[in-house]
Amino acid sequence: MTESLATAATADKTDPVPAPVTPAPDREPATAASQSGRWRRAAVFLVHRPGLVLSAFFLLTVLIAAFFPTALTSDNPLRGSVAERLQKPSTDHWFGTDQLGRDLFARMVHGCARSLQATVLAVLVGLAAGALLGLTSGFLSGWIDSLIMRVVDLALAIPALLLSLALITALGFGTVNIALAVGFSSVAAFARVTRAEVLRVRTAVFVEAATSCGARRHQVLFRYVLPHACGPVLVLAALEFGTAVLAVSALSFLGFGAAPPSPEWGSLVSDGRGYLATAWWLTTLPGLTVVATVLAANRISRAIEGEREESR
Amino acid sequence: MKRYLIRRLLQALFVLWAAYTVCFTVLYLLPSDPVSLMVSGGAEQTSIDDAQLTALRAQYGLDKPIIVQYVDHLWHALRGDFGVSVQTGRSITQIFLDVLPATLQLAASAFTLALFLGLGLAYWATYARRLWVRQMLLSLPPLWASLPTFWVGLMLIQIVSFRWGLVPATGDDGVSSLLLPAVTLALPTAAGIAQVFAKSLRTVETEHYITTAAAKGASPTRVRLRHAARNAAIPALTLAGVWAGNLLAGSVVVETVFSRTGVGRTTATAVGTQDIPVVLGLVILSSVLFTAVNLAVDLTYPLLDPRIVSPAADPR
Repeated sequence: MTESLATAATADKTDPVPAPVTPAPDREPATAASQSGRWRRAAVFLVHRPGLVLSAFFLLTVLIAAFFPTALTSDNPLRGSVAERLQKPSTDHWFGTDQLGRDLFARMVHGCARSLQATVLAVLVGLAAGALLGLTSGFLSGWIDSLIMRVVDLALAIPALLLSLALITALGFGTVNIALAVGFSSVAAFARVTRAEVLRVRTAVFVEAATSCGARRHQVLFRYVLPHACGPVLVLAALEFGTAVLAVSALSFLGFGAAPPSPEWGSLVSDGRGYLATAWWLTTLPGLTVVATVLAANRISRAIEGEREESR
Repeated sequence: MKRYLIRRLLQALFVLWAAYTVCFTVLYLLPSDPVSLMVSGGAEQTSIDDAQLTALRAQYGLDKPIIVQYVDHLWHALRGDFGVSVQTGRSITQIFLDVLPATLQLAASAFTLALFLGLGLAYWATYARRLWVRQMLLSLPPLWASLPTFWVGLMLIQIVSFRWGLVPATGDDGVSSLLLPAVTLALPTAAGIAQVFAKSLRTVETEHYITTAAAKGASPTRVRLRHAARNAAIPALTLAGVWAGNLLAGSVVVETVFSRTGVGRTTATAVGTQDIPVVLGLVILSSVLFTAVNLAVDLTYPLLDPRIVSPAADPR
């Protein structure tokens, strides 16, 4: 960026005749050059981090599985042939088959949709509610701040899994309810971080300047405070993604998720429990997929965090 | 010391009241009709008519205004009475006391294991001579934290019990059946302790007293154990107390995987049958344990660092 500005400045100097109407053609090649430089830098950055590329690639596959399951498998996840029951992983059935002869890979792929949607919903609920509470609390201060923070402290007094279990008891079972329960139990953490960031940004000189220029409260909040406060909150959201995958699959494993025939990651592991001694793939492979997803998500969120710290 | 103790005690009581209030709100205010939820026992359909529902509502005091119910419940809970289970009719305090010893045994062994594993790994990872050993060891805790607890348990059963036949897969008799659940439950906590301890060991390394100790001719091992590790352990131990709550939550999954009786399994069953009073009681009693552990940790602070009780800035 600075590079292109510098070239533009020198171009202006060599040309004494002021021509402000057509500066764009002069700048075009410079921007294009810096653009390709940026691509090259990005490529070098990624080549030095094979783990990151692998993580991104894996998460992309999982996302494709979640939204276009038929692109990855043509097998029906609910129908199986009993003749093919409990087969080991092979080229026909990558993850083997279960006790009803259903293809485990197809069930995993179709299970992605529910599990991933639940995870994303959980993170969104936590992020939206937590950020809203944190913003209000940090920006208004005074008694509203103390009230909100006391409530947040209360929510933190109970371990997250127990709180989600209580929420599930009240809400009932199902994938969406699991997502809501996991999401609500992470609200407190988001509220904490958002508030801390808002408090940090609020006292910055540019916010003071905006206020002194007569900006209204909501303008200051959304145009100045929010953009500068959201970084660490988004990093937390990325980290929370891995945690949410674990929480959602644990609750689904306990049997509080979707009703039996439809597959979910946690319930697939739970279904395979009865065949631990005879069919290892029924529990091992779905579990490995969950592990890989969490690792990939954590790797990416750490990369985001690292980049933010470097650019600071 | 006395003032410090009283302040901590009051804080602990406040936290308990708070946990109670949050849980009560969630469990009694959120569902549109707690009674039909409870009698259906997690199933979709109920065979109970309206007259019976009204009678049940009166029996459980659910026809009173919510604030009266809240005060009622709180008053009873304060005297150790958490009501009765809707499904079995047994007293919740009794249910809890029956299964508590098994869970305490599991949680205590897991906690001890996590402490040794976490501190040991972090120490080794920080002071290992070869770079690749250090890097490999340091990459372990994030990996452990990414493993789903239920899956780790099942993998251990599959390999250690079924393939090698070393310990029984499930059940709860004796030390051999405690080993796998304890390892499973310990791993996430150990990962956290290792991460914090490794970080504070690195921070402590640049402190002046380390240089001083080395300059005075103390052997590297002595510097590491007596000076570095001792100071670096404080944050790790503090967080270990906080994570004790996660052990209780983790027991829900671990006890289900290993088919052990305990608080966790009872909680899972109660959630499955939507037995609201039992869930409320168990969550509160778990918070009592959690608060007690943290209170104990708080009370050991003055032993580690006397400045906490009588701050230097205190004018008196």
